[in-house]
Amino acid sequence: MELFGDPAQWLPFTFAALMGVSILVYVVLDGFDLGVGVLFPFASDDEKDMMVASIGPFWDANETWLVLAIGLLLVAFPSAHGTILTALYLPVAIMLIGLILRGVAFEFRVKAPTPHKATWNWLFFAGSLMTSLAQGFMLGKYVMGLESTLGTWVFAMITAVFLTVAYSFIGACWLILKTEYTLQSKAVDWAKGGIWGLVLGLGAVSLATPLVSTRIFDKWFTFPEIILLAPMPILSGLLVWLLWRSLQRLPNATDAGARTPFLYAIALFVLAFGGLAYSFYPYVVPEKLTIYEAASAPESLFIILVGTVFVLPMIAGYTALAYTIFKGKAAELRYD
Amino acid sequence: MDTLMLSRIQFGANISFHILFPTITIALGWVLLFFKLRFNATGDGKWMEAYRFWVKVFALSFAMGVVSGITMSFQFGTNWPGFMETVGNIAGPLLAYEVLTAFFLEAVFLGIMLFGFSRVPSWLHTTATFLVAFGTTMSAFWIIVLNSWMHTPQGYEMRDGVAFATDWMAIIFNPSMPYRFTHMLLASGLTVAFLVAGFSAFRWLLGDRSDGVRVTLKTGVYLGALLIPLQILMGDLHGLNTLEHQPQKVAAMEGNWETGPNVPLLLFALPDEEARENRFEVGIPNGASLILKHKAEGVVPGLNDFVTEDGEVSHPPVAPVFWSFRIMVGTGFAMLFLSWSAAFLMLRKGRGPDGLPKLMTLAMVPMAFSGWVATLAGWYTTEIGRQPWLVQGVMTTEMAVADVPAPFVAITLTTYLAIYALLLAAYVGVLFYLARKAAHGDVPRRRTPQSGEAITRTVPAE
Ligand code: HDD
Ligand code: HEM
Ligand code: HEM
Repeated sequence: MELFGDPAQWLPFTFAALMGVSILVYVVLDGFDLGVGVLFPFASDDEKDMMVASIGPFWDANETWLVLAIGLLLVAFPSAHGTILTALYLPVAIMLIGLILRGVAFEFRVKAPTPHKATWNWLFFAGSLMTSLAQGFMLGKYVMGLESTLGTWVFAMITAVFLTVAYSFIGACWLILKTEYTLQSKAVDWAKGGIWGLVLGLGAVSLATPLVSTRIFDKWFTFPEIILLAPMPILSGLLVWLLWRSLQRLPNATDAGARTPFLYAIALFVLAFGGLAYSFYPYVVPEKLTIYEAASAPESLFIILVGTVFVLPMIAGYTALAYTIFKGKAAELRYD
Repeated sequence: MDTLMLSRIQFGANISFHILFPTITIALGWVLLFFKLRFNATGDGKWMEAYRFWVKVFALSFAMGVVSGITMSFQFGTNWPGFMETVGNIAGPLLAYEVLTAFFLEAVFLGIMLFGFSRVPSWLHTTATFLVAFGTTMSAFWIIVLNSWMHTPQGYEMRDGVAFATDWMAIIFNPSMPYRFTHMLLASGLTVAFLVAGFSAFRWLLGDRSDGVRVTLKTGVYLGALLIPLQILMGDLHGLNTLEHQPQKVAAMEGNWETGPNVPLLLFALPDEEARENRFEVGIPNGASLILKHKAEGVVPGLNDFVTEDGEVSHPPVAPVFWSFRIMVGTGFAMLFLSWSAAFLMLRKGRGPDGLPKLMTLAMVPMAFSGWVATLAGWYTTEIGRQPWLVQGVMTTEMAVADVPAPFVAITLTTYLAIYALLLAAYVGVLFYLARKAAHGDVPRRRTPQSGEAITRTVPAE
């Protein structure tokens, strides 16, 4: 492992990158299925079935990325893992309870006696909402350096709302891609509504991060970084405009461009995530612990890396297989 | 109560809830594969009927397992940060391998297994069923490796209070792993056998005489009858292995205070830790010595060996270990009795389920959950028997606990308990509901209208 230089340098970096990638994949993938859950109350009963059908074959695998991300944090940066999770004790618990409720509701809503279906539908919504809000809250607390003051609380409440809007937005884009007729046109309306929340949320986090930390401020607003980084906000603005345009053209008779909003939404998520990652590097606990200080023993990291290198392409392969098998418009979920 | 006690109860509650569902899915995956392969081979619809009913139970159990498992993986950070800080170099890679080799595999192929039947060729659907079963077994393997290493750690060295791996083969193949893994897989097989038999018996009692219910009733009973002697044998070997590595646990299981020969096998006793003796003992003379040392004068370790000069106790709490062990073994023998007599009656004159007296089918219904009882009791024996250690000889449970305020833990604990109680009731309720529905002939569901594109991809209606 000396091959690439000092393993105490490149291993933590590699693992931070892997963790970043799995968080990003999680936020995009579970983001859209949580978003679909958050949109539940706006749909009719038949539409609800279709909405669940559009995410049914995927949600479990989507959530596994969260397990991988938290697993990587746990295995690669054990001391950061403890610090972050104990600081976020209650929001983590709320998120877990949300995940429990929505995860089991997937099954119970169709297996329990019919009169109970409405209750499970409601729990599916409530669980999705709790999860999204809790994740947004944690994001806010994290951006604020895990401090507990009135200000950080308020900020975290705001990010909670905005992340939920962002998830419903990408959820709506997913529905545009996977559904037809009335549900699809409803989804277009939802997406049009959500886009403003998304813009406000992105703006709030982008403004707040440099303001709380002079280190982050310097990372963005000194020469030459400010020039080199300029494409990021410009690109984001462009994407928002493109998104808006693509939504104007939908729905239409040939379903042309139905997948464009979803793809643009992913691009926007990636950009926003990239910006955050750039701001926080090299810290894993903002301003307190760098990835190099928090990393586990190189020998243990190396063992995991070997496995990851072999297994990750396989995971990518069979995930692609699943998305191919269930491509096209969603159909009723049946076991036969 | 303090944070430590609350965290222990919370962890115990969460893992107890979690383990109920993997115990079902690990073996049910293989049973489903068996149904599918029989269907492929014979083309007989009864196998597909069996598959269709039990795949619903599988899907539901899997969802319960996944959500409670996610809770488990966060618990390490939220409640036991000291665990990862001390043994993270060993526990970390094992957990990572579980996620990489098992969780993704099962989660992705589950979608294909559940909803892909009419979308993919039959061989791919069978393969997906196989991969899901394989994935759940791999999950069990990695987590049992970790858990067994916590009981019988080796292949590591301590530097500045942190464990570093020195030999991965020694870590993975630690002395108690083969026993614990086999015993757990058999436990899962038995849980499913009795679950399948119990719910088929329930349908039978409701008057369901379909081929589908006959075939599952037989599968359940024969599987149980086949596995239970293996499990008892394996349990004995497991106990002997534990005697070698964790004698204090075996002493607690036997309720034996003084090391010595001719120790009886206690059938009943109330261990009293204050007085350090048992009250109301009923036992078989020399029994424990015979089981553990295979001779009447065999010397069995006693609990008093694990008390230091100054009175510090380093053995586990006796009563819970003693009693949970008896519940497990008692359930095991109840399983033996029921499955063998049922198998005998079904085989006699080849009458199948028609040969069973009503009382016996009736007894199978509550026994549907006997696997859960024995599994939980077994894990309580194992885990409480390891206390005060978290990793035997390396760190105590107390060293791992987080300094989260106790009221926080109290709030989350209460919430989890309430949710688990509700979900458990809903789960059992839905199982009975599905069985009742199946017994009365499943009414086809109203189909949601579909677009032309969607219809071309779904196979004709039932
Ligand atoms: C269907 C479930 C089931 C049944 C019928 C049995 N067991 Fe068991 N037992 C388990 C399910 C289980 C378990 C839940 O799977 C445990 C917990 C940890 C483990 O490895 O297996 C366990 C643990 C366990 C241990 C603890 C080992 C340790 O902690 O080091 C012993 C000594 C036995 N078993 C022995 C037996 C015997 C002698 C049985 C005879 C009837 C028996 N078990 C039946
Ligand atoms: C799946 C079956 C399992 C069950 C039913 C189970 C049950 C329990 C119970 C009841 C306790 C509390 C003991 C006490 O203090 O009274 C406990 C403790 C603990 N177990 Fe397990 N356990 C299981 C598997 C595992 C596994 C696989 C791991 C680790 C990978 C693990 C790690 C722990 C830890 C960290 C504690 C600390 C809390 C404590 O000692 O109270 N357990 N377990
Ligand atoms: C502390 C211990 C444990 C942790 C942290 C843990 C974690 C998890 C997680 C995160 C999942 C969800 C995976 C997914 O997203 O698909 C899961 C599922 C699963 N776990 Fe556990 N688990 C623990 C104990 C156990 C034990 C003791 C067993 C079995 C012996 C087990 C067997 C399984 C299986 C088979 C699954 C697949 C899902 C299912 O069948 O329900 N786990 N676990």
